[in-house]
Amino acid sequence: MIAETTNRLFAETPLVRKKQRREWVARLIFGMMAAAMIIPLLLIIGYLVYQGAPLISWDFLTTNPVGGMRRGGIWSALLGTIWLVGVSLLIAAPIGVMAAVYLNEYARDNWFNRIINLAVINLAGVPSIVHALFGLGAFVLFARMGRSVLAASLTLAIMTLPVIIASTREALASVPRTFREACWNVGATRWQTIRRIVLPNSISGILTGVILQVSRTAGETAPIMFTGAVFFRSISEGDFFAYGLKEQCMALSMHLYTVTTQVTGAPKPLPYAIAVVLLGTVLLVNATAIVLRVYLRSRKKW
Amino acid sequence: MATELQTELAPERAAPKPAQPERGSAPANKPARAGRGALAIAGEKLIEFVIRLCGISAIIFVFSIFFFVFREAAPLFFQKHEPPAQPEAVVERHADDHSPAAKKFALKEFLFSKEWYPTSQSNVRFGVLALIVGTLSVTALAMIIAVPFGLGAAVFVSEFCGGKIKETLKIVIELLAAIPSVVWGFIGLTVMNPIIQDLFHAPIGLNMLNGAILLALMSVPIMVSIGEDSLKAVPDSFREAGLALGATRWQLVYRVLLPAAKNGLLAAVLLGVGRAVGETMAVLMATGHAVNIPFVTADGSFNPLFIFEPVRTLTATIAAELGEASEGSQHYRVLFLIGVLLFSMTFIVNLTADLIIRGIKKR
Repeated sequence: MIAETTNRLFAETPLVRKKQRREWVARLIFGMMAAAMIIPLLLIIGYLVYQGAPLISWDFLTTNPVGGMRRGGIWSALLGTIWLVGVSLLIAAPIGVMAAVYLNEYARDNWFNRIINLAVINLAGVPSIVHALFGLGAFVLFARMGRSVLAASLTLAIMTLPVIIASTREALASVPRTFREACWNVGATRWQTIRRIVLPNSISGILTGVILQVSRTAGETAPIMFTGAVFFRSISEGDFFAYGLKEQCMALSMHLYTVTTQVTGAPKPLPYAIAVVLLGTVLLVNATAIVLRVYLRSRKKW
Repeated sequence: MATELQTELAPERAAPKPAQPERGSAPANKPARAGRGALAIAGEKLIEFVIRLCGISAIIFVFSIFFFVFREAAPLFFQKHEPPAQPEAVVERHADDHSPAAKKFALKEFLFSKEWYPTSQSNVRFGVLALIVGTLSVTALAMIIAVPFGLGAAVFVSEFCGGKIKETLKIVIELLAAIPSVVWGFIGLTVMNPIIQDLFHAPIGLNMLNGAILLALMSVPIMVSIGEDSLKAVPDSFREAGLALGATRWQLVYRVLLPAAKNGLLAAVLLGVGRAVGETMAVLMATGHAVNIPFVTADGSFNPLFIFEPVRTLTATIAAELGEASEGSQHYRVLFLIGVLLFSMTFIVNLTADLIIRGIKKR
């Protein structure tokens, strides 16, 4: 008798059924929206690899492009990208980390530091082509560097600075405040605390930021187009110091653009192979950062 | 006797003002710092100075970006004649005194004329209206595609899935954000181009729709991450109250979370807009690159198939033409002025997004 009443009380009314149906539909739609981002990603990567695979080999990576960039490999472009990434990393990493230390450890919440925050956000939002104009106006022309690896790297460094600042700040903020207080209480100065306690405890997060900067730098095209990258340059193969700071260089991203839009009669798999190498490099670097982050987070003791 | 007393009392007296006893000359007063010489202290001061300098570097960079880009564009407003960089142009100017190549640059014409003929021999015109319309229309179409998907994915990641699926989705979104824009452009050129031609029987696949789909895919990741953050910022008590009343997840999202997080979601959309407006390589390669107002047909009537029209954006124009414009020419300076325009547009969008996000944090 009681069971019957309960059953009647908690039986599905049409309203509840309608509610649950809607719930199911909503879940399906949102799930499909999320899937709509993943499936194209996988399809596109799969298609690029399928088209470009026949060309990719060790020789492809280590020989210069020849025959009006229609044959040969991508060595000079690959090395150019390595140089640009390396030099811009040397410039951006110290400045970015120290800026983050300032913003997280020294800055108080006043109008001046709010403006700094705003500047960082806006620096991240400035279009890449405007960075290119800035690099051309400031480094190439005003500082008389000419179109060179140095000018292009400086432009890239300023462009990717917000990436390092943001992730370093996050890493510094995740160090508990009690660590700092304990250190101050034994008489350490602010800088000693940062050097001995805060930085060692956040080094993993900082490293992740630096790796993300590398991936961002490697893929950028617009900022280097007018500041240091050229369509074509032949360099000695196998020599890692074939470029100089004052010279122009090729770059992988620029090479993809050139081969796709400017070179006629290139074999069909060639641009796909370049795209696969570029995309593979970038995604590999990113995956490293993600694995590192997951691994170090699992080892964190606080 | 007196000195002994002093050493005993000194730590208490020194404590309220820690800046004072850092002089290395009085180590007896501060036993804890006995080992630090003047050099170490000077070094520390230097490092702190450098850190402060790096801290304000972001401001310096933003100002210098504006300054140096404007510096190259500024002579447009003060200079009546072109510098003698192009001999042909000079000859022509002598032949015809009313040649517009020699006329003063007019900001009004720049902003409101749709005639973009930067390299014309007889009548040079720099009107960027068509380019502004191109940028805005591609961005708007991209947002029409990206906003439902981006916010939908944000809701799904934040509310409808948990644990492993959530982590995987966030990683995929991060990887999606990492794909370089030139690769997107390449995909637009080689993959999307034939698909659009086949699917819609469009005469050319390099058009507004192609660029907009690419821009949508590029701006979705930032929308998802900011959107998810703002949904996460809604207090759990809101969710608990809703669930306790018997609401389903969907009712909860629709009636409680979306209204509560609407400012954050708006900021997410704005950051996506900022990203789309500033994107260069993908739109350069995929939108067809024709100076064209897509909504108007040749005879002046409304074009209902405007999404299949090729367009050209501000960013793509700079990227395509700066290499050919000779340094110091009017064309070159106009391209820098477009840069100033772009900088201002994204600055306003980002500033608004930041003010909205800051408003949320304060609450």
